[in-house]
Amino acid sequence: MNASVLPPVRIRSLANANANTNTNTNTNTHANTHANANATATAAAMRLLPSEPLDHQAHRAIYGDLPRLDPGHIMAAAERSGLSGQGGAAFPAYRKMAAVREAARRARRRPVVVANGSEGEPASAKDKALLWHAPHLVLDGVALAAAAIGADRAFLAVEGGHGLRRYLVETNRQRPSSAVPVTIVEVPSRFLSGQESALVSFLDGGPALPRFQSRPVFEQGVGGDPTLVQNVETLAHLALIARHGPAWYRSGAATSLFTVRYADSTPTVVEAAPGTPLQHLTGAVSGQAILVGGYHGTWLPLEPAARSGREAGAGIRAITGDTSVSAEALGVPLGAGLLAVLPHDRCGLVETASILRYLALESAGQCGPCLNGLPRMAAAFGELARPTPRSDLQQIRDDLSRWAGLVTGRGACRHPDGTARLARSALITFAAEADAHSRGRCRACARPPMLPTATPATSQSTVTD
Amino acid sequence: MPEPTTATTSTTSTLRAAVDWTACQGHGACADLLPEVVSLDEWGYPILQERPVPAEARRRARRAVSECPALAFLLKR
Repeated sequence: MNASVLPPVRIRSLANANANTNTNTNTNTHANTHANANATATAAAMRLLPSEPLDHQAHRAIYGDLPRLDPGHIMAAAERSGLSGQGGAAFPAYRKMAAVREAARRARRRPVVVANGSEGEPASAKDKALLWHAPHLVLDGVALAAAAIGADRAFLAVEGGHGLRRYLVETNRQRPSSAVPVTIVEVPSRFLSGQESALVSFLDGGPALPRFQSRPVFEQGVGGDPTLVQNVETLAHLALIARHGPAWYRSGAATSLFTVRYADSTPTVVEAAPGTPLQHLTGAVSGQAILVGGYHGTWLPLEPAARSGREAGAGIRAITGDTSVSAEALGVPLGAGLLAVLPHDRCGLVETASILRYLALESAGQCGPCLNGLPRMAAAFGELARPTPRSDLQQIRDDLSRWAGLVTGRGACRHPDGTARLARSALITFAAEADAHSRGRCRACARPPMLPTATPATSQSTVTD
Repeated sequence: MPEPTTATTSTTSTLRAAVDWTACQGHGACADLLPEVVSLDEWGYPILQERPVPAEARRRARRAVSECPALAFLLKR
């Protein structure tokens, strides 16, 4: 393993036993040193991200051996835990596993597990951080999922260009030989590579592009076998559920990973329990808006505490630093866990135009509505981002709304849907800025966009395979 | 991403129009043959109605499948 290929990312844990920012910590700060040491050890075993990468020996020292569970027990634990996918779609993990197992039983085929670590989001870093720091937790989760559904082979797909594949092949060798072999595969570092049908296509020797599915992947995936595609963080959660039980997971003590971005600084991967206030994740929140979920996510206006809950329009409500980071409190899905704070001296229209351009260029160009709609949306947003006196502002807004409607639900994958969601939320959240632009004024147009639109590792990685 | 749902086979054999979006090239034959269910967007690609193909249009629906030059128009039960 070469530590120099670690992606530029900081890691911060709010699950730490002595983190004074944690609101629901049950650690007694007056306890003696010995008790604190025990509590720290226990807390570490319930966490996803250790501060240092763990080899197998260190992993076992912290988390203990994986309990031998039969398929029924794993399925029951997944169901009772309420675990949902951490890759973006937030689909209940149990229902996906049950669907694959049932499809395999009916077709009399052995299913396949695909652990999805191909984090195509340029702004996101949490899956890569997890794979670097807790690879054995992910591999435990792969073993559990494979046992639960009766799979006879598994793949771990990771983003190319980071040296992750080589590292994980080494890591996998440290483990005792398992019943289900895991093949580590590097997928192209593109936005759509991690889409379910794109992964299946790539593993079958085709391009890493979404494909039309006459039957869903859970029925007919890799090699025609029923396939469980599950995000790597979801699998790591499963490994913790197997050890600490579904009741522990449901209790609110279990944490999730977020990628926090603020202006141009290095992203921070933060591990936090559900309901943690936003400002505990992002630090002192000073900004005008926040992008929640990822590039298929939603811009929400950020307000001082007094204006909490203001309706900005179409279900988008203003949030504050005190708002809990949960899908319920924010009113939008957490997606891939990106939280990007837009400072006051940046322009949300410039950011959105830049992301839309990127998303249009990342379209596979296979489906007519996406091929036609996304470039038009990107170009129109490019117009909005340019401060110049104009009389056609309403026309541009109408065009964008119409195209967002036309691309939604009309493709082989959800890329157009997510792109439309981002554009719609920006039209609402940055409505005042668009008005100002049409009068030739902008709060920060001279500044380049802060959010990345290409994977940084392609230029920074020092070691490649 | 299609979400796993409980697979049900409807006993009443309703037909619904579907499009393989990766194959469709916007020829528009489906909209010509089956205006009840298919219209075209501003780029010439089909917009499908939610409702099933009406019984009296089934013959034309099957023609739309066989006459789609891109083999992209489909009927699903």
